Amino acid sequence: MTKLTIGVLGLQGAIEEHVKHIHDLGLQSLIVKKPEQLKDVNGLILPGGESTTMRKLIDRYRFFEALKEFSNKGIPIFGTCAGMVLIAKEIIDSYTSHLNLMDISVKRNAFGRQVDSFVTALDVKGLNDPFNAIFIRAPYIESAGKNVEILATYNGKIVAAKQDHILVSSFHPELTDDNRFLELFVEMVKEQKVEMVK
Amino acid sequence: MEKLLGTEEVKRGMAQMQKGGVIMDVVNAEQAKIAEASGAVAVMALERVPSDIRKAGGVARMADPRIMEEVMNAVSIPVMAKARIGHITEARVLEAMGVDYIDESEVLTPADEEFHLLKSDFTVPFVCGCRDLGEAARRIGEGASMLRTKGEPGTGNIVEAVRHMRKVNAQVRKVVRMNDDELMTEAKNLGAPYEILKQIKEAGKLPVVNFAAGGVATPADAALMMELGADGVFVGSGIFKSESPEKFANAIVQATTYYTDYDLIGKLSKELGSAMKGIEISKLGNEDRMQERGW
Repeated sequence: MTKLTIGVLGLQGAIEEHVKHIHDLGLQSLIVKKPEQLKDVNGLILPGGESTTMRKLIDRYRFFEALKEFSNKGIPIFGTCAGMVLIAKEIIDSYTSHLNLMDISVKRNAFGRQVDSFVTALDVKGLNDPFNAIFIRAPYIESAGKNVEILATYNGKIVAAKQDHILVSSFHPELTDDNRFLELFVEMVKEQKVEMVK
Repeated sequence: MEKLLGTEEVKRGMAQMQKGGVIMDVVNAEQAKIAEASGAVAVMALERVPSDIRKAGGVARMADPRIMEEVMNAVSIPVMAKARIGHITEARVLEAMGVDYIDESEVLTPADEEFHLLKSDFTVPFVCGCRDLGEAARRIGEGASMLRTKGEPGTGNIVEAVRHMRKVNAQVRKVVRMNDDELMTEAKNLGAPYEILKQIKEAGKLPVVNFAAGGVATPADAALMMELGADGVFVGSGIFKSESPEKFANAIVQATTYYTDYDLIGKLSKELGSAMKGIEISKLGNEDRMQERGW
């Protein structure tokens, strides 16, 4: 069996950090800088970075429709921080959303500015022990549709969730040495691949 | 749940999120909005861009807090600001204002010619300039969460940034290949903290992000610095001192992302209008070389 390939959208942000985690799990990675590369991946990570910057480049380099199409095929997508902002159906205090792939309303920079960025031990559904969650100018999910499964909350705010083939986190698993959160995503990729074969 | 603020992960992580991006100098809300709309990952709020600081002469200090406030209210991307080298109070004021990152910068007139700030004491992260690995490692030792080349600010001349990026990266490669028993002597020769060099050797790279700064004036300059191993690019005077700031800002952002797509960079460089007027480095007297500030 060929190895699974996980793509990382390579426009801006913490790209190498995700690549390292993917390799640590023994999988192949592909940094996706052109829309046509999307056909070569079994799952895609939208990394942390600046969502406004990534959106400009998504539009300029014809990624917008390509990413919608990718998601419509049911191929798993994992968005961390800015990636979660790009995935959301709605962004609080903004007229427009970005990719609108998941039924969540997201508030940007929701915990404050950089001086309010923090680290905490977070309980995550599906993980036995708490996860060292790093929040950097992080967003949170203000409200979620009924088909969204909530995986973690911090002080009552939703900070990790899943809907069908899409996984999101406000925090940055890729900045830790802990691969367990990415494993949740890899499980989704494996399940989807089995379904495709069927 | 207990939360920890200002940890090393949070401070260094913030800079990691900026990778592959362009940070632009701005002096007011209008410029900040142009920068954000072009795809900048952050803005540096200043009273004057470096080329104007050169022209104005005199003592260059932290900007008027009203400018920082104006810029912070205008954009949702992170806002950085500069404090003078060693000026504890300017840095504390910027931190209290909620600025997202402080540049302890040689572009301003140093407040202390002997000591840099103890940056590990602060909750807000710092970026510092460096010309070689010794300087880089000392700044990391003091708690800098991000580095940049010093280059020669406000000149629109990339030569010094190239020199500094090549030097740091060559010295990192040397340390990584070195035997363990050679490391202490290297620390002595570089004037670098031994522990930091050990970390570099073990990790195979610098423990913090390193951007290019000090002379980037064109899309090709930005792409060149990425080619040489920069994690991202600061553009000071290069945007708002050019003929058409919006075009330059857009083109530099794209050239930074696609830095090996030469057809694209060619296209981006067409019809930009003229870049900022540059300065030949040899025409600068020693007292005008900002990179000599700090140690």
